[in-house]
Amino acid sequence: MATVPSPTPAGPRTRRRARKLTRRDKVVLSVMVAIPALLHIALVWVPTFGSIALSFSRWEGVGGFDTIQWIKTLNYRQIFTIYPPFWPAVQHNLIWLGFLFLATGFGLFLAVQLDKQLRFTRFYQSVIFLPVMLSLAIVGFIWRLVYSHDDGLLNNLLGTHVDWLGNSRINLWAALVASGWRHVGYIMIIYLAGLKALDPSLREAAAIDGANEWQSFRRVVFPALKPINVVVLVITAIEALRAFDLVYVINKGTNGLELLSVLVTNNIVGEASRIGFGSALAVVLLVISLAFIIPYLVVYFRGSFAGRGAR
Amino acid sequence: MAATGVDVGAPRTEAAALRERARRARRLRPQRVVLHAFLIATVLIWIAPLAWTVYTSLRPYQDTFRLGYFSIGGHYGFSNFSHAWSQADLVRFYGNTLIVTVPAVVLTLLLSSFVAFAVSRFSWKLNVAVLIVFTAGNLLPQQVIITPLYRLFLMIPLPAWMNPSGTLYDSYWGLIAIHVAFQVGFCTFVLSNYMRTIPHELTEAALIDGASVWRQFWRIIMPLCRPALAALATLEFIFVYNDFFWALVLISTGDKRPITSALANLQGLYFTDDNLIAAGALLAALPTLIVYLTLQRQFVRGLTLGATKG
Repeated sequence: MATVPSPTPAGPRTRRRARKLTRRDKVVLSVMVAIPALLHIALVWVPTFGSIALSFSRWEGVGGFDTIQWIKTLNYRQIFTIYPPFWPAVQHNLIWLGFLFLATGFGLFLAVQLDKQLRFTRFYQSVIFLPVMLSLAIVGFIWRLVYSHDDGLLNNLLGTHVDWLGNSRINLWAALVASGWRHVGYIMIIYLAGLKALDPSLREAAAIDGANEWQSFRRVVFPALKPINVVVLVITAIEALRAFDLVYVINKGTNGLELLSVLVTNNIVGEASRIGFGSALAVVLLVISLAFIIPYLVVYFRGSFAGRGAR
Repeated sequence: MAATGVDVGAPRTEAAALRERARRARRLRPQRVVLHAFLIATVLIWIAPLAWTVYTSLRPYQDTFRLGYFSIGGHYGFSNFSHAWSQADLVRFYGNTLIVTVPAVVLTLLLSSFVAFAVSRFSWKLNVAVLIVFTAGNLLPQQVIITPLYRLFLMIPLPAWMNPSGTLYDSYWGLIAIHVAFQVGFCTFVLSNYMRTIPHELTEAALIDGASVWRQFWRIIMPLCRPALAALATLEFIFVYNDFFWALVLISTGDKRPITSALANLQGLYFTDDNLIAAGALLAALPTLIVYLTLQRQFVRGLTLGATKG
């Protein structure tokens, strides 16, 4: 599991080794990097920049590139002002983000509890972890059976007649519970690994100093988990921004379940293919994502390459 | 502790510590009961949706129609599973999944170990830049790239033997390609961290003996990475198996879709009642549940390998 990587080898040694590489070795190494890098750049980064470029255009997708009209920021202006599902989708994405952070907190709480010398802890872990294996699409099918109006588990248990997935005022929350069901186990298992890797003397020292359980967690354990907290933060944010499968299975992301990811997709698989407009929506999603991705990369790569031994 | 070294001091503190520990154990017992009660409640809530699905899938539609879904009684059996299996021709969709998943996972692991080897075992100027590009690419939401990717796939021609419709769009090749391109980021990241922990002495000796770079990679590094590769293979199998979005957008022919994304179409067409939907969903989840029962350790290891290191 977690092992601290040795810092990148020191200069002189590296140079000595580098001199021993033959020309053929260098060619082999270059090819080994080039093939995956080209594939990755061609199918991930070219489309990313493609989204940015096309977001300033109008293109129905029929005909060649010469049929593209460049319309500056018109798509964005339309999205922000007259495109009805946009602001609800942004709001739903933000709620999704907030809710998943709550679920993350619960996952951390469970991890801390299950990390105590506890009987049956493996059993508890296994059950809570089970939904993590399932695809979000299947999670959607399972929860549809739970939320079903007349025949569902929930209404029958509670004795209510709530239309959990049909009522646009509550279906977002119903979907979030289903999404949290899977997310909690994911976060729990990551934190459990982090807690196990923690130096036990840290907690012992805190106990000797007379810290109670909460103080020792708050002051010692949680700060020591910083590298994992950073990962969990980015995982949670990206999961919330990627959310798609679940709402698509429930009702194709309509009637209260609009999300940015759904709006983007509707512009290509939907009836009207509006490449430029869909790209502009994708760029909005990109900008929100970068607000989490860039700080993460800065923290991670600064830590591990300055040789400070961040994991 | 005591520098003066008074002998009686040690036993006394030891006894005090024991007493303290015993006192604490007694005091904690009610807390432990509460904790177990809380965890049992959580576990019950967590298992309920799945238990409900299994229960529904085991009952014939006639019985649930007569008695209601929230009831006991009637017949229990696997008829829904056999109906779902044969009516929806699930073998075909499992086959599609296999055609996509196996090459995608193998290629992802191979290509990412190439990059990981190059950036972790040798000092290049671009090492960090390459890793950042791969890591950042893997974190992007798929929807950010889907629109141009979709156009790109429509524009790239394939010979008819690879795809009768003649484009990368609606072909297994395209689906495999995007899975590999996307997942290679994550695996490179994990494997490069792993390879950095392998002592340099191991490959230096080989280098002095005149072994080529390729030989170092294939004969020394790769065998040492077996644990990480096994964990990543399990994880990537689940990731690719569980994909819904790529196949939904990039495969237009319903019959070509892998099982996870085919489910959306099957429901409504063949899975007409909740009992069949439950059975169909469980059948589609079966391979992941088998992995859960047999390879859970590997899967968790794969997850935490990536997470605990960044």
